[in-house]
Amino acid sequence: MNGPQDLGGQMAFGPVAPEKDEPCFHADWERRALGVTLCAGAMGAWTIDESRHARESLHPADYYGSSYYEIWIKALETLLKRHGFVSDRDLAAGKAVDPAAMPKRVLKAENVPDVLAKGGPCDRPIATPARFKAGDLVRTKNFHPAGHTRLPRYARGKQGAVEAVRAGFVFPDTNAHGQGENPQWVYTVVFDGAEIWGEGADPTLSVSIDAWESYLEPA
Amino acid sequence: MSHDHDNELDPFAARVRALETILTQKGLIDPAAIDVIVDTYETKIGPRNGAKVVAKAWVEPDFAVWLKRDATAAIGSLGYTGRQGEHMQAVFNTADTHNLVVCTLCSCYPWSVLGLPPVWYKAPPYRSRAVIDPRGVLEEFGLTLPATTRIRVWDSTAELRYLVVPMRPKGTEGWSEERLADLVTRDAMIGTGLAREPA
Repeated sequence: MNGPQDLGGQMAFGPVAPEKDEPCFHADWERRALGVTLCAGAMGAWTIDESRHARESLHPADYYGSSYYEIWIKALETLLKRHGFVSDRDLAAGKAVDPAAMPKRVLKAENVPDVLAKGGPCDRPIATPARFKAGDLVRTKNFHPAGHTRLPRYARGKQGAVEAVRAGFVFPDTNAHGQGENPQWVYTVVFDGAEIWGEGADPTLSVSIDAWESYLEPA
Repeated sequence: MSHDHDNELDPFAARVRALETILTQKGLIDPAAIDVIVDTYETKIGPRNGAKVVAKAWVEPDFAVWLKRDATAAIGSLGYTGRQGEHMQAVFNTADTHNLVVCTLCSCYPWSVLGLPPVWYKAPPYRSRAVIDPRGVLEEFGLTLPATTRIRVWDSTAELRYLVVPMRPKGTEGWSEERLADLVTRDAMIGTGLAREPA
């Protein structure tokens, strides 16, 4: 979706503000926000793609007015309600009022090290051969889906070169919506700065994205 | 864009606390698991991991070749695996080319080697400008590259996570990996900085 998350090339956000000796967290609630988000995700009711889509579905004014952990928590409330774990009445009361759906699993403290060390690989076996090879010229599709996609607007309808064939990966555009993993080949595609930004582009710039096969057509 | 929420009476702190309370009361989360997660990223997993990877690549050519070919396995051999590091790619700076990593669409970042991302990495100014005006962004980090240096920006749009291997500073011949690792900053491994010069 053409949501607030799709930031590449947007303007007027001001300078980057690196913070010297930045702490890992800026307030204790950020610690809890990280942990609650990871523990809730570990229930197994939604995928990382669905959670990204919940975040980018915030109203743009809300998204841009929120810090990243605030975005996480607002999206988490949406996910918890959607999947029947939390109700509006619970949130209004600030305590458990309504019964909850049954989670697939609950992450216990003793299992955290293993779960974090294992992660959640998104590569999948894929039966079809890769359509493109390194060096191929490709053009990204020009589309504007209402649902989740990982093809940023600035890179749509652009010609680039396949630099690497990666592997089969879960396709976020369907997986975010409960429509299956449908793995596709992923390629690193590199574009000249001028192809993307046109007049006035930095002549020394090239930009790459990692693109699922259905985002690409032969150039 | 980032807000400071130190006060326990802050409405957002209360909102997070309420959510944790509800989920705990329903038996859906274990608050002790949150403590372990926080401790992991505050004390165990951080840029020190990535710095060790880079220093090893500087002193062991075979490791550098492995890191270039199969970063997930090479990094995994040092014990750095798992969440947001499942599919790693190392990109090497050269005299001609400087690499810069961004996630324009969210906050994708190689947690297993760098820990949690800094606020600026997740915020709109960096995410919007890294792909269109990387030189301007680098200036804000105090880094001015020669006009002829090529800049390659890697937008982390899929599940690959990128680690920049900065160039080894001159004057460090014969240094141990441990000493070299002290020169490798987090920003150098994102591409918003270079490795420190030896004092």
